[in-house]
Amino acid sequence: MDALLLSRIQFGFTIAFHILFPTLTIGLAWFLVFFEAAGRRTGKPEWFNLYRFWVKIFALTFGMGVVSGLVLSYEIGTNFSRFSQIAGPVIGPLLSAEVLTAFFVEAGFLGIMLFGWDKVGPRFHFMATLLVAVGTTNSAFWILSANSWMQTPAGAVWQNGQLVPQDWFAVIFNPSFPYRLAHMLLAALLTSSLIVAGISAWFLARQRHLDFAARGLKVAVLALAVLAPLQIFAGDLHGLEVRRNQPAKLAAIESLWQTRSDVPLVVFAWPDQAQQRNRFAIEIPQLGSLILTHTLHGEVKGLNEFLPDRQPPVPGVFYCFRLMVGLGLWFLLLGWSSAWLLRGERLYRHPLALKLLTWSGPLGWVATISGWIVVESGRQPWVVYGLLRTADAASPLPVASVAVSLAIFISVYGILFGSYLWFLSRLVRSGPSLPKRHPEAIRGARPGAVL
Amino acid sequence: MTLDLPLICAGVIAFGVLMYVVLDGFDLGLGVLFPWMPDETARDLAIASIAPVWDGNETWLILGGVTLFAAFPVAYAVALPAFYIPVMLLLFSLIFRGVAFEFRAKAQASKRWWDAAFSIGSTLAAFAQGVLLGGLIEGVTVVNGAFAGGPWDFLSIFSVVSGFGVVGGYALLGSTWLVRKTEGPTHDWAKRTASLALLVSLGFIAIVSIYTPLRFPQIAERWFGEHHWLTLAPVPLATAVVAFSLWRELRHGADLAPFLYSIALFMLGFLGIAISLWPNLVPPSISIFNAAAPATSQKFLLLQLAITLPMVLIYTGYAYSVFWGKVSVNDGYSSH
Repeated sequence: MDALLLSRIQFGFTIAFHILFPTLTIGLAWFLVFFEAAGRRTGKPEWFNLYRFWVKIFALTFGMGVVSGLVLSYEIGTNFSRFSQIAGPVIGPLLSAEVLTAFFVEAGFLGIMLFGWDKVGPRFHFMATLLVAVGTTNSAFWILSANSWMQTPAGAVWQNGQLVPQDWFAVIFNPSFPYRLAHMLLAALLTSSLIVAGISAWFLARQRHLDFAARGLKVAVLALAVLAPLQIFAGDLHGLEVRRNQPAKLAAIESLWQTRSDVPLVVFAWPDQAQQRNRFAIEIPQLGSLILTHTLHGEVKGLNEFLPDRQPPVPGVFYCFRLMVGLGLWFLLLGWSSAWLLRGERLYRHPLALKLLTWSGPLGWVATISGWIVVESGRQPWVVYGLLRTADAASPLPVASVAVSLAIFISVYGILFGSYLWFLSRLVRSGPSLPKRHPEAIRGARPGAVL
Repeated sequence: MTLDLPLICAGVIAFGVLMYVVLDGFDLGLGVLFPWMPDETARDLAIASIAPVWDGNETWLILGGVTLFAAFPVAYAVALPAFYIPVMLLLFSLIFRGVAFEFRAKAQASKRWWDAAFSIGSTLAAFAQGVLLGGLIEGVTVVNGAFAGGPWDFLSIFSVVSGFGVVGGYALLGSTWLVRKTEGPTHDWAKRTASLALLVSLGFIAIVSIYTPLRFPQIAERWFGEHHWLTLAPVPLATAVVAFSLWRELRHGADLAPFLYSIALFMLGFLGIAISLWPNLVPPSISIFNAAAPATSQKFLLLQLAITLPMVLIYTGYAYSVFWGKVSVNDGYSSH
């Protein structure tokens, strides 16, 4: 084990841990905006009950995102100092834009959102909720811009051993950015829809807080039914973009070793990178070309176009991609069938559907992490695609330093994640605190009564 | 006239770090004081007084890191590997004290564990920042523009003393904040504690003022060289005046003044260190000039700052004003 590999494991681990929390809070922030807006418009206290319950989960998750995110802003320098020095002129200002337009906005208004109910007027409180949501989305904008630039660098040239920006517009709106931003924002919204749906379904399956849970479930399921197909559409556009700009990654995703036309879709295989071929491949003829080029006979570049030391690690990219796509298709099925069951409110009394929704609650996270593994592993061996190799990016650190910090990260994050899940499950088990001054909110066992 | 970009960027970073030191200083200081607070009510009050603002306070640390990254990538790339161990200690500490805010409020049986996480995390974070400061003043080995020293180079008697000094300084900010934000027994306790923390802070300022000119000739030259002592004399004089006023206000009934004087003391200490190190970012060889990012990067950074920083200051000020008065234990969002 060398310090580079340990640093990569540490960065991968800490950033994968971190992204769990923003993925949920970016989406949940917009759910909160919706709940508060609906409450203000209709005057129904039920919407505020939803707000009060979900804002607690939002706050818990947001805190986790803040502390795990702080780590990353320093870890780039501690573990990848040569990357920092070389790419700092491009990446640095993108990250400062994130701090200034996102973190400060979130932090400035989160306090008012959580603690300010009695201290500011309702209109201003709604504005605080809205600004927190805008802040979380701005954060995604800048971080996806920076990450996309590392995938498809544009607008910068080498000067004195640094990558120097020539055209900031080209840097920010680099070729892969629009697709990847859309894909990530949809992932965040899907993940939170699945969590809201999952926890609401759990309440309904246990016959608890029926009105409250049914209202939350309806919103989440409708969101899921709309977002899941949009995500598949965005993912497809992103795939076409990867074919144009990062052919090695696309070849790894499809485990396509030879350039060819009439590409089959490899449903399953055992990619053997040492021998540069697939074992046990199950393929569907032409479907690969159809998906990747939108024609039946289109040509796709294979891994043979790239020297073995310029190829990404194929098996991880290949499997994670299949996991992500499989989950995406499952979300579509789940969203549409649940939405169908909303007719006549059958969903709220449908044990199987409620069970599937409950168990699917955390799957948005699984899909998101899988997607990020595809994206980041697929970029290897480059840290800035085509310009800077990961091997040339690390800090001059002794192995022992990184080994110890990695071990501490794993144990600390293990404790944190355990605690997070513990407090999350406690928040869920104790349920919404429905205020007594609105008796209509807790009256009536029939879930349809208030919807 | 051309703008001196590195100078402006350095000024902005200095401002960001100062904002961080003062703002997160008082809430880390509360963590330092946590185990010695008289009772559970005082601890709950202390937490309630910073719960709405700590996240914003910590954002200044992220701003400091990324503006250094954006404007002086070479300094960022040298300093962070050089201080790998204290930086990791700082990050782990901030993780524990950060999550403790949320977990503590929701915990029952485990509440005292999260109390411990909050106070140990805050104290170690303050200590790590002091060690970083001390290690930075002592200098970093650089060869060919990259860090070339060992992982424990940062450690010295001076850097450890700095660690304790910053812990004491943050305790001063925290206790005077508590004087401002609480009433009754907690208020009285905070006032007594502030006097003690003031003594620790002044002791540390004295050590830095005596040790660094003796140890580093260029710092001695900066302060005592030809005419410099005359132009720079206001800094130590002002420090003495502020320290005396703070002491007096703590003995009298003032509410807000001790906190403001504590901030002034920190600003003067910060100014003193900046004067000693100028124009270096990472002594002895990385300066704001040879570590500067290309002009296009610094310009884009400054454009962002020019647009957003005034707004940040306005709404941060507003957020503080919303929670301006004395704090009460019922201010948690869980009670709604």
